[in-house]
Amino acid sequence: MRGYEYFKPKTIEEAIKLMGSIEGAQYIAGGTDVMVMLRQKKIAPRCMISLRNISDLSYIDTNDGLRIGSAATHSAIEENEYIKRRYCALNDATTHLGSRQIRNVATIGGNICNAAPSADTACPLLVLDARAIIVGPKGSRELALDDFFLGPGKTALEKGEIVKEFVMPRFDESTGSAYIKHTRRQAMDLPILGIAARITISVKSGSEVRCKDMFCTIDSISNILSRLKEEGMRCVDARIAMGVVAPRPIRAKKAEAALTGKIISPELFEEIGDIAAGEAQPRDSIRGEAWYRREMIRVLVKRALIKSIDRVIRPDEAIYPERLW
Amino acid sequence: MKRELTFILNGEAVTTEVDPQWTLLYLLREVLELTGTKEGCGYGECGACTVIIDGQAVNSCLFPVMEVEGKRVTTIEGITSKDGSMHPLQTAFINEGAVQCGFCTPGMIMSAKALLDAKDKPTEDEIKEAIEGNLCRCTGYVKIIDAIKSAAGGR
Ligand SMILES: Cc1cc2nc3c(=O)[nH]c(=O)nc-3n(C[C@H](O)[C@H](O)[C@H](O)COP(=O)(O)OP(=O)(O)OC[C@H]3O[C@@H](n4cnc5c(N)ncnc54)[C@H](O)[C@@H]3O)c2cc1C
Ligand code: FES
Ligand code: FES
Repeated sequence: MRGYEYFKPKTIEEAIKLMGSIEGAQYIAGGTDVMVMLRQKKIAPRCMISLRNISDLSYIDTNDGLRIGSAATHSAIEENEYIKRRYCALNDATTHLGSRQIRNVATIGGNICNAAPSADTACPLLVLDARAIIVGPKGSRELALDDFFLGPGKTALEKGEIVKEFVMPRFDESTGSAYIKHTRRQAMDLPILGIAARITISVKSGSEVRCKDMFCTIDSISNILSRLKEEGMRCVDARIAMGVVAPRPIRAKKAEAALTGKIISPELFEEIGDIAAGEAQPRDSIRGEAWYRREMIRVLVKRALIKSIDRVIRPDEAIYPERLW
Repeated sequence: MKRELTFILNGEAVTTEVDPQWTLLYLLREVLELTGTKEGCGYGECGACTVIIDGQAVNSCLFPVMEVEGKRVTTIEGITSKDGSMHPLQTAFINEGAVQCGFCTPGMIMSAKALLDAKDKPTEDEIKEAIEGNLCRCTGYVKIIDAIKSAAGGR
């Protein structure tokens, strides 16, 4: 193996300068993707520029909405109480990513910049309307996450650019979100399919939903949806994002549009599942065949939406994200 | 080009020359000859290489050696008491029959230690989560979980 130098800049500016002055340099954060690619000989950098020692890059700021420094680890995000309650989809993703050892070092910036179609934090950030704040040799810019992914391993980052942070708006109490990672085993597995949803709801005449307990039952999804219909629950705003169904994590924008403004009902959710499945272009792979992925989109989009509604209605339960709803 | 590096290894300051492209695992096993830490996969999948860095369980096979500068690293060799007596987790693993071939054991114990250091009385779910990145091809995990429970109870 050809050797490489290893630099540990203390500031973003220093890192960008180094990147500009060395041919064949590679940024490394937690290294859980980079070190693997290195060992598989997929990359052969001349030099590594570590982002780990930049002091102001791993914060989680919940003062106004949510700002997460790109070097924040999945463990740090997973443990944040505010994210657990208000940004559930992101908590769902970070608690089931890799293993404890991986989460302790792997970063959210690395997960997004590596741009795998299966990246677990991508769909949650998409439905949470995240924007990436990017710093580079030519200054800084801001990009909606939806414009960030270009293809497998391809991002809108230009040479030398670093993602500084992800910024998300504040969501009020009538908004809930969820991410469902569909895997064969609970731990240490990449998703066959990843579905994230966020929904803002309103209930007729501003009253409370009467039968909150319906979510504790083992009732079928369609029965629960029928009750929500009786209560006149309306979807005010919605986001749906899907991973491993296209070359990059995508939003199901037609499904989102079809859901927004409507009274929730079993028929509507059936239709939303179909539309979302139609927006996907899944492929056959070792983890699952295309037809199976398409079928599961129908199931999981519904589940993710109901889980999001559940979290609005019973917020105290949401802090214990169970695996399947 | 070699670099000089100083860090705390099992409670003692160590200064050593390293190649920047080494992993921490390489330094531990091949240079410092601390072969208790195992290499199973080298890809972060099996957890046999788990060590504790500043209180957190980490895969040493993916950890760039240059990042340990100034850090506090604990390996399986560093958890016995000064008088040579075993750590409660080691005793518990033996008593509960949680060791068969033993290849996963150092990594399992380091993951379990990181958990117990942070949490006195973990739940079974927390134990399972702590060792989800540690593969065991022999025991079927039940006795390992029992051992960690009994070590937690005996503290
Ligand atoms: C055993 C194992 C299990 C895994 N399981 C999962 C899983 O379940 N789900 C999942 O999604 N992923 C998984 N991964 C992949 C990986 O852990 C994640 O993608 C992780 O979040 C990457 O973060 P990192 O900090 O380690 O990235 P690194 O490896 O350091 O970097 C990844 C890429 O991003 C670039 N980069 C990093 N930070 C920045 C930045 N701030 N600005 C610009 N570029 C940057 C790097 O140059 C590099 O190209 C797994 C990996 C392993 C080894
Ligand atoms: S050798 Fe490090 S995880 Fe397998
Ligand atoms: S005891 Fe053999 S791998 Fe665990």
